[in-house]
Amino acid sequence: MPLKRKIAYIDLTTGDIEVKPIPIEVRKKFLGGRGLDAYLLYNHTKKGCDPIGPDNTLMVSGGILTATCASATARTHVMAKSPLTGLLGSANMGGFFAPEMAWAGFHHLVIKGKAKHPVYIYIHNGEIEIRDAEGIWGLPVTDAQWAIRDDLGDQEVKSMVCGPAGENLVAYANVMTGIKNSGGRSGMGCVMGSKNLKAVAARGTMDIKIAHPVEALEYNKRFIDQIISAKVNQTQGTLGTPFIWGATNSWGGIRCRNFQYNQCEYADDIEPERIDEICEETMGPYHMTGCFGCQVHCRAQYKITEGPYAGRYDEGPEYTSQGAFGGETDTPRANTVLVGNHLVDQYGMDNLETGSLIAWAMELYEKGILTKKDTDGLDLSFGNDEAVIEMIDRICYRKGFVGDTLAKGGIQASKVFGKDSFQYLIQVKGMSNLHSDERATPALALNIATGSRGSDHLRSRPAIDLYHLPQDVLRRIYSTPIPYDGPLSSEHTEYIGKPWQVFWQENCYMAVDCLGICKYHTTFLGATLPNFEDWPKVLYYNTGLDMTPEEIWMVARRCNMIERLFNLREGLTRNDLEKGDMLNHRYFDEPTRRGAPEVVGRVIEKDKFIKMIDEFYEHKGLDKDGNPKPETLKELDIENEPSHLV
Amino acid sequence: MAKALYIDYQKCTGCRLCELVCAVKHDGISNPTRSRIKVMKWEAEGLYIPMSCQQCQDAPCLNVCPVKAISRDEELGRVVVDYDVCIGCRSCVAVCPFGAMNFNVIDKKVIKCDLCDGDPQCVRFCDVNALEFVSPDEISIGKKRDAAGRLSKAGREAGVLLAEL
Ligand code: SF4
Ligand code: SF4
Repeated sequence: MPLKRKIAYIDLTTGDIEVKPIPIEVRKKFLGGRGLDAYLLYNHTKKGCDPIGPDNTLMVSGGILTATCASATARTHVMAKSPLTGLLGSANMGGFFAPEMAWAGFHHLVIKGKAKHPVYIYIHNGEIEIRDAEGIWGLPVTDAQWAIRDDLGDQEVKSMVCGPAGENLVAYANVMTGIKNSGGRSGMGCVMGSKNLKAVAARGTMDIKIAHPVEALEYNKRFIDQIISAKVNQTQGTLGTPFIWGATNSWGGIRCRNFQYNQCEYADDIEPERIDEICEETMGPYHMTGCFGCQVHCRAQYKITEGPYAGRYDEGPEYTSQGAFGGETDTPRANTVLVGNHLVDQYGMDNLETGSLIAWAMELYEKGILTKKDTDGLDLSFGNDEAVIEMIDRICYRKGFVGDTLAKGGIQASKVFGKDSFQYLIQVKGMSNLHSDERATPALALNIATGSRGSDHLRSRPAIDLYHLPQDVLRRIYSTPIPYDGPLSSEHTEYIGKPWQVFWQENCYMAVDCLGICKYHTTFLGATLPNFEDWPKVLYYNTGLDMTPEEIWMVARRCNMIERLFNLREGLTRNDLEKGDMLNHRYFDEPTRRGAPEVVGRVIEKDKFIKMIDEFYEHKGLDKDGNPKPETLKELDIENEPSHLV
Repeated sequence: MAKALYIDYQKCTGCRLCELVCAVKHDGISNPTRSRIKVMKWEAEGLYIPMSCQQCQDAPCLNVCPVKAISRDEELGRVVVDYDVCIGCRSCVAVCPFGAMNFNVIDKKVIKCDLCDGDPQCVRFCDVNALEFVSPDEISIGKKRDAAGRLSKAGREAGVLLAEL
């Protein structure tokens, strides 16, 4: 049974390992994956702990549906206090790791302490071993995984590793698995590195009994048909996420030259079709790949065609790499994007954060806050492709003043660079914003301002807000499973109704992350995809757990609130520019300069934005300062946290 | 003629859904070691090759079985194991040139693809059609057409080149 998967507490300082079952009450309250990880984080870390000290606790998990007969239950979740933000750190990745860990008997790991020398954890059919990683330390992401297979003499082993960036404590180092599945954003690879933990490897052949296999199989087929019949997923399946770039850029939603423009000109070379051509030329007509059990197959395969890295194989590039190494730095050249993407994959570093910080440094260079003296002679001008590639290397290996400083993350770096460098830093809670420009989309601006792991497009983004969906469609989506009769607007430039959409999406994505499935299989980029109403059956057929859509909604709200509690404990205050639910002033002060008529000339109107936050807090059950009301905690049954149930 | 499982590995995305549904269909359990089809991967090159039983005409497993537990089912075009007769000696596992005869260590018995009695679930779920259930003569016709297409394209391109000379 999926519900028999266990939780293991691993202390790297002492080598102690304790294995426990996950009580059913805990499942009903938090399901699994990110939700249960948030509970574990809140319970197993002390307030104010050093993110790169032994007291930080690293959670690794699969969702409650991982490796069951549901669609794309591929996701691995990783959580700890973030070295980048000092708040909640959380990363979610596809691939094949979490299912393997589930077949090896585990759903959750709680890793504490710090090993004396580099080690890796090996999980195998109910057993856990801490093994020497001396010979693997220093290896890039894929070599490290292959070395572990050789070390164990088993080519079926799956591992999640940190790359050189994690070892070098780059604040936004990723956890990686496979060629490019990336647990990105908040520096979970850095936490691994700080613990001398190079990898967690898994290999399992244990049965996961499906509660109602015939129904699970049939329902999965129906589910998959629904998922792949969505136009957006068909496009994902041929072009991958780069497809988003085309429309978004021509419309005026891509940050360029850090934040100076909202459209990248002369970008033909990185249009989705062009990238697809390169993939086809180098990998043949069938060049898409996917995660465990997924029929969307959104990742392209490619080889680099020119320069010193020619012939290297990788997957992607994602929409984020187009923005990070093409748009923001104004270097819209395919090879720069492909090489940049490859380097961060191999170093294990967040593409989005890396590109954003390089673009920020470029603006500082343009403004004279950084000079050639600071860059050791490197011309850090916008549009300089070599500088982008060089900076990726300098950040990972902490070379030179600017490379070493940027590796600390934006806020820390702004303290070193001084002057008004902070004013130019496009971040929320210390995490760089995606390269999309939210000035014409208040709903998306609210989403990045309030995301629990910092500026983030995967925690509450109502992406379908851009589609001008008719009222009845919006109403159908956003008033289940909880009735909502407040306003909703089909207009993406509007402010009304958006707080509810963001609140609804926050709960939708949390539920998905607890189940352990991919966001492309829910109401994220497509309006016809499954959500709350469809999940109870999947859950019941696979695990036997009987829950209503409303109950799943409550789990999601509860888990989001635990994340909030953690952030509040670590210092989140509403209007704090470094740790609050607030946007950089440029969103309010600098109008967009390019794009479609409804986009150009836009700013976020601050008074309306503040009102949106007020309303969003109300939906969540927070007071005006963003703290939970006592009755909310009671309603969510988390009045006495930490409650140490597991 | 009975249909055959045709694997076009070029189309495979490596998702392993076929393994999952195979195990769930036969045993009601998610566990790839129970799957009759198995995707072999060379991740570093992006190469994924699903391997399953070829249902050979002159099947080595059938020939080697000391107790004649394996036979051909002509109606469904498959090679089947009679578990009432099988003694679990694993000779068939050793002799299969494709590694398609498996030994399930949990139930302690040999397992192989049975074409799901004519409705192969791996085919049903594989949306990219890396797996197809077709008449064996269609396989070569399809491949001929593809190859001919490539030749004619090459021919046209050569013609253009010649014309430009
Ligand atoms: S949609 Fe893409 S990321 Fe999601 S599971 Fe499928 S292949 Fe993986
Ligand atoms: S289901 Fe199809 S695409 Fe997926 S691994 Fe199997 S053969 Fe390949």
